[in-house]
Amino acid sequence: MIKKEWMTVVSQQNIAKNIYELTLQGELVQEMNEPGRFVHLKVSGQTMPLLRRPISIANIDQTNSRFTMIYRAEGEGTKLLAEKKAGDQVDVLGPLGHGFPVNEAQTGETAILVGGGIGVPPLYELSQRLNEKGVKTIHVLGFQSADVAFYEAKFAELGETYVATVDGSLGTKGFVTDAIREFNLQGDILYSCGPVVMLRALEELQLTKKGFISLEERMGCGIGACFACVCHTQNDPTGTEYRKVCSDGPVFPMGEVAL
Amino acid sequence: MSRLETKLPGLTLKNPIMPASGCFGFGREFSQLYDLDVLGAIMIKATTEEPRYGNPTPRVAETPAGMLNAIGLQNPGLEKVMERELPWLSQYNVPIIANVAGSQVEDYVEVARTISGSPHVQALELNISCPNVKTGGIAFGTVPETAKHLTKKVKEVSEVPVYVKLSPNVSNIVEMAKAVEDGGADGLTMINTLLGMRIDLKTGKPILANRTGGLSGPAIKPVAIRMIYEVSQQTNLPIIGMGGISTVEDIIEFYLAGADAVAIGTANFSNPYICPELIKELDEYLSANQIDHISELTGRSWSKDGKRTYYCS
Ligand SMILES: Cc1cc2nc3c(=O)[nH]c(=O)nc-3n(C[C@H](O)[C@H](O)[C@H](O)COP(=O)(O)OP(=O)(O)OC[C@H]3O[C@@H](n4cnc5c(N)ncnc54)[C@H](O)[C@@H]3O)c2cc1C
Ligand code: FES
Repeated sequence: MIKKEWMTVVSQQNIAKNIYELTLQGELVQEMNEPGRFVHLKVSGQTMPLLRRPISIANIDQTNSRFTMIYRAEGEGTKLLAEKKAGDQVDVLGPLGHGFPVNEAQTGETAILVGGGIGVPPLYELSQRLNEKGVKTIHVLGFQSADVAFYEAKFAELGETYVATVDGSLGTKGFVTDAIREFNLQGDILYSCGPVVMLRALEELQLTKKGFISLEERMGCGIGACFACVCHTQNDPTGTEYRKVCSDGPVFPMGEVAL
Repeated sequence: MSRLETKLPGLTLKNPIMPASGCFGFGREFSQLYDLDVLGAIMIKATTEEPRYGNPTPRVAETPAGMLNAIGLQNPGLEKVMERELPWLSQYNVPIIANVAGSQVEDYVEVARTISGSPHVQALELNISCPNVKTGGIAFGTVPETAKHLTKKVKEVSEVPVYVKLSPNVSNIVEMAKAVEDGGADGLTMINTLLGMRIDLKTGKPILANRTGGLSGPAIKPVAIRMIYEVSQQTNLPIIGMGGISTVEDIIEFYLAGADAVAIGTANFSNPYICPELIKELDEYLSANQIDHISELTGRSWSKDGKRTYYCS
């Protein structure tokens, strides 16, 4: 069920250039049961910034009622969020949307998880759940450069991990698709989150028969009521058929929505 | 009798607080968060004759104490609203105000005729002021004669009272209000969004794909207050006030300006529980301030005795 709660900051850490790892505690964590869903955060009680900010759930710890997010402090809202310290309260609405279906991968199969930049975080909880199920995971993480890269070591603990940076300062020089080609990576199912250009390139690559991708869009309500976040479907790319990223997604089966 | 119960043409409201059209869909999403029965009424999303996809994204951009939207009247079309949305919403004990949109007079008339015939609809809200569609909309909301003509045509076919939603993008709001009053409107809802734009410094281009959008949120509240203050003194129509309301103090200010009920828009996004919270807080406020009925406040900023036209006893 969707809930709104003032959650308590357990820790906030700067883990790469402008990248923060934020852990919150509260009852709402008991509602988090699927990787790839997100929360909608109100970072200030004031009218500025007015809107909530959608951030993915990166790690769920139900035993301790904690969850972790990883985000880039970039604009007004996320910069304010980065100022929160242990003990502070944050207004959280969630969990929202539909996440990555873990059940689509079978025990013994190999899943390729591809993340780009701030699209990497939700794959962390996903990878843990897949591994628990006995699915082998291969991770391909793309970043602009080495100074904004994060969680490579954490992913490496869960499975083979490849990194690509646009400037070549870490791992393969280029995009995630370059790393996939360089190492001839293969699997049964693909899960991905990142910029649309990356998702499009992955669709064209047709690496696996089955795949799930997570989209990003500017949001108003985050719950499906305002129609801010819609996209066309591949079936009806110019018609009236649509999906809402916030409530039908953010995760969609590959090939469902027009990118 | 309740301090909040309010009677307006076609509407008997448990309380005068309702979500504004476009911010609440057809209620399905919010029904997962709270019992919609607590609401005074629901203004459903604008309905057009044919289904509409709306504008490309980005459709929203944040602004200081506000936001711009350019959804572009996305809706499933009249038939689906009649068959699916209205019957579903009717399970709640809440009056439904159907927002009617179109790009020419005939469209409005057709939608109004059909939707006002639904047993689930208690009033219409004529959307003559959507800034986000290329054709129609804007002219109906800015040219008094056109607005009057449209109102008249819709009144001829509507089986329920018609409220006209006024656009603030005009130089003389009183003239617009009087025009639709002449056209036979039963009430006014005001204000719709103000036309605005934001430019992305990185790309040098407008943030919204539609380039311009409608500004809403606390930023526009003073404009709404001013316009309601002016219009309420010059027409006899009841006014459902809206524009940046997010606190009980805001609601009181709208009443003092001349509102008879209020609608909550953008605040539903920052706090999806805002409507039930405000309903509760408004009652507490009136009780704490020994105000017997909310309608006593209507128009108090310009009249010692207030307007009191729609006092429900
Ligand atoms: C489902 C989903 C999950 C996300 N998960 C993460 C995550 O785990 N980590 C992370 O760093 N970022 C994530 N994002 C992106 C994050 O929401 C934006 O970076 C953030 O909203 C920007 O806010 P700001 O205050 O920095 O920017 P501002 O420029 O102040 O934002 C202005 C407005 O634009 C919106 N906006 C700006 N950029 C984006 C964007 N890229 N996507 C959506 N809305 C945007 C803001 O929400 C706000 O409404 C996610 C986005 C979505 C839709
Ligand atoms: S953000 Fe409102 S419908 Fe998706």
